Amino acid sequence: MTKTILTVDDSRSIRDMIAFALEPQGYRVVKAEDGKDGLAKARAERPDMIVTDLNMPVMNGIEMIRELRADASFNGLPIVMLTTEAQKEKMLEGKQAGATGWIVKPFDEAKITGVVAKLLG
Amino acid sequence: MADPMEEIRASFFIECEELLEAMQDGLQMLEDGAADGETINVVFRAVHSIKGGAGAFGLDALVAFAHTFETALDGVRSGRIDVDGDRLKLFFRCGDLLADHVRATRDGETLETAAHEQVVEALEALGGDLEEEEIGDFQPMAMSLDLPGLGSDGDLPDLGSLGGLPDLDFGMDFGEGGATASGAWLIRFAPKDELYSTGNEPLYLLRALADLGEVEVTADTDRVPDLDALDPAAACISWTILLTADTDEATIREVFDFVDGLCELSIKTAADDAQSNADALGEADLPLLDLPVAEVEPEHDAPAAPTPEPEPVAVPESVAVPVAVALAPPSTATRPALTAAPSAASDRKPTAPHATVRVDLERIDRLVNLVGELVINQAMLSQSVREAGVPQTSPASSRLDEFLQLTRDIQECVMMIRAQPVKSLFQRMGRIVREAAAAVGKDVRLHTDGEATEIDKTVVELLAEPLMHMIRNAVDHGLEKTEARIAAGKSPEGLVTLSAGHRSGRVVIEIGDDGAGINRARVLKKAIEKKLIPADAQLTESEIDNLLFMPGFSTAAEVTSISGRGVGMDVVRTAIVSLGGRISITSREGAGTTFSISLPLTLAVLDGMVVRVEEETLVIPLAAIVETLTLNSTDVRTLGPETQVVRVRDAFLPLLDLGTELGYRTPRGDYSGAIVLLITQEDNSRTALVVDAIEDQRQVVIKGLHDSYGHVPGVAAATILGDGQIALILDPIDLIANASGRSRISTRAELALAG
Repeated sequence: MTKTILTVDDSRSIRDMIAFALEPQGYRVVKAEDGKDGLAKARAERPDMIVTDLNMPVMNGIEMIRELRADASFNGLPIVMLTTEAQKEKMLEGKQAGATGWIVKPFDEAKITGVVAKLLG
Repeated sequence: MADPMEEIRASFFIECEELLEAMQDGLQMLEDGAADGETINVVFRAVHSIKGGAGAFGLDALVAFAHTFETALDGVRSGRIDVDGDRLKLFFRCGDLLADHVRATRDGETLETAAHEQVVEALEALGGDLEEEEIGDFQPMAMSLDLPGLGSDGDLPDLGSLGGLPDLDFGMDFGEGGATASGAWLIRFAPKDELYSTGNEPLYLLRALADLGEVEVTADTDRVPDLDALDPAAACISWTILLTADTDEATIREVFDFVDGLCELSIKTAADDAQSNADALGEADLPLLDLPVAEVEPEHDAPAAPTPEPEPVAVPESVAVPVAVALAPPSTATRPALTAAPSAASDRKPTAPHATVRVDLERIDRLVNLVGELVINQAMLSQSVREAGVPQTSPASSRLDEFLQLTRDIQECVMMIRAQPVKSLFQRMGRIVREAAAAVGKDVRLHTDGEATEIDKTVVELLAEPLMHMIRNAVDHGLEKTEARIAAGKSPEGLVTLSAGHRSGRVVIEIGDDGAGINRARVLKKAIEKKLIPADAQLTESEIDNLLFMPGFSTAAEVTSISGRGVGMDVVRTAIVSLGGRISITSREGAGTTFSISLPLTLAVLDGMVVRVEEETLVIPLAAIVETLTLNSTDVRTLGPETQVVRVRDAFLPLLDLGTELGYRTPRGDYSGAIVLLITQEDNSRTALVVDAIEDQRQVVIKGLHDSYGHVPGVAAATILGDGQIALILDPIDLIANASGRSRISTRAELALAG
């Protein structure tokens, strides 16, 4: 069955890039522009995995992760933080909020597909 | 189809422009004192997103510059750095340079770096407390491994330097606390409940290990309870993996990077494990290192529970690519900066990123053209229906009226597709002001107004040059030097205003300054010196002001590097006129000067005067006509066989018969009673153009002739009138400029073709 990956990023080119990396691998990619949009799309689309930016307008990635984890129906859903911020406390904050893993920008296709493979098989 | 990666790259640069705009807006708000707590976050986020995107595309130089800027902005939002006027100026400068950087990267140009280095130094001087690890986040191969795990235990050696070591050196490198080793590894892996709830999957981790070498996996299912006692959310299986691979501990640990803290993990060389399999040890033919036991977590009893996936694992095809890791030990103090910012983000006013579609300009132009046809067709239809004698009250007529209304609405909508707010244009002027002010050592503020005013895209593009020139003029010549301003009792800071708005179906853009106003005595003196006007000329104030538009006019006592480039206001006016626009000046001594540019909303339709010459119908752009007159016999004077002038008030203007010029007829002997249009030339001189009749004044849809006929002197384009007639749209300025010394016969031929 086709697996769905939700990418949440306020940057259109990053969303496009993720779709560009994953769609040829047979994933369906759904896009959201901020945390709030991400929550809505996660509820509507029930993705198999989420790749999210952290610093976004309206609702940031960490808040979104917290909200998702507070909802038992998202238990076990892999959520990967996509960020330039190797700043440790940000990463830790994300992990504490319930993120599964992370991708540090800059990333390329191999990096994304590698992490997706690690979490989705 | 184009390379998708290139398209994404292109969309990144478009996005950068939007982000740069948001950044500029934010900085402007800070300068105007209109900022709220969120403003700095918006600026920060804009720069951050540029950095993020640039990072994703591996644009390292751009990332590095954005990072320096971002760090300073982060300092501001966390309160480490106070913003004052000078720092704001620096930020504006950074914003400008960031824009340069983005555009240079986009266009593959190299950037002049001296200015950058200067700014980077100034920025770094601001945020002196930049932390070392923050720098790491923009390095291309961001790989900062903090091992072992949450190493708060003091007895564990710091293996943080592991990542930088060569992958494998036959174990001869003992220097860094046993960084590399090869051979057999014994890994014990016991997931906790949270490992599953956060979406990790042990199976895939085991597969990733299998990618490193040969694995032998044993699942410990002792803690799996009976089915009725089973808690589905609990972790109850642990694994022991014997890995035979030429690898180092860091690489193995990297496999488990996401589950750090969510499992018990021990990684040892098989040799070091007293209980380990002797066979495995035998295969390890290299000296093995005395690796420390790196426990991720203190010992912790894993709860008993079910099996998600047992048994040794086959090596899958998929390749797990190492992922850069940077995990914080909990002992690292959280910077205060990060706590305040995100919470404010939620109540940010939405700057409404509308959904947009990118469309080829060519398609839009085709649509514009087709709608033009529709408008013409509609007009022809209306005329036919009227001529057929259909009563006004009939259903056909009223439906035709609706059709008319719809057509107009469609036309308006289509024109709006091409319309663009002048905002981006105005923002570029902010930079021009800053740079010009810095160059002449004046303190200048730019105030903009009506940025949302929309105007045809092409007009926006073509307006940039003239506007830039006028802005530079305003800063350089318009505003007084600071001392002079103080002496005049004005604020030392000069003000340049740039505004846009709609006025009677046109867009009016005004460039004003609060300087000393035009020094008319000096302008007059200069014009006489340069023999632009006779020494005894009597000019009104407005006529003197308009001398500025004469070619080669420059009043600046000292030619400065920024505006004294030999490009005069005459060039500006030519550019404006070519856009179907008009420009005028108002100036008050001591209070400043304002240039007002009036432009058509679109280049696709034109306000024209429909005239008749012989049997031809012609359209003359209204923008070029200053006045229409009917001549008296006493107005015309003959100076030579083909040279006549008309007296208009106190001036004598050359008379040109349009019919003769276009080759429709030979010159008449007597022009009394003729209708003339007064046309203003680029050099501000006027010419009287004789026509037979003025029929109408209306908007016409422009049909380009250029593609079919090239440039025809004196002809701008063509149009189709309501009755289906084709009429040429003349370019009277070009026509007059070409009036002498060209072959009438050939022009006639060209026009016959064009018609």
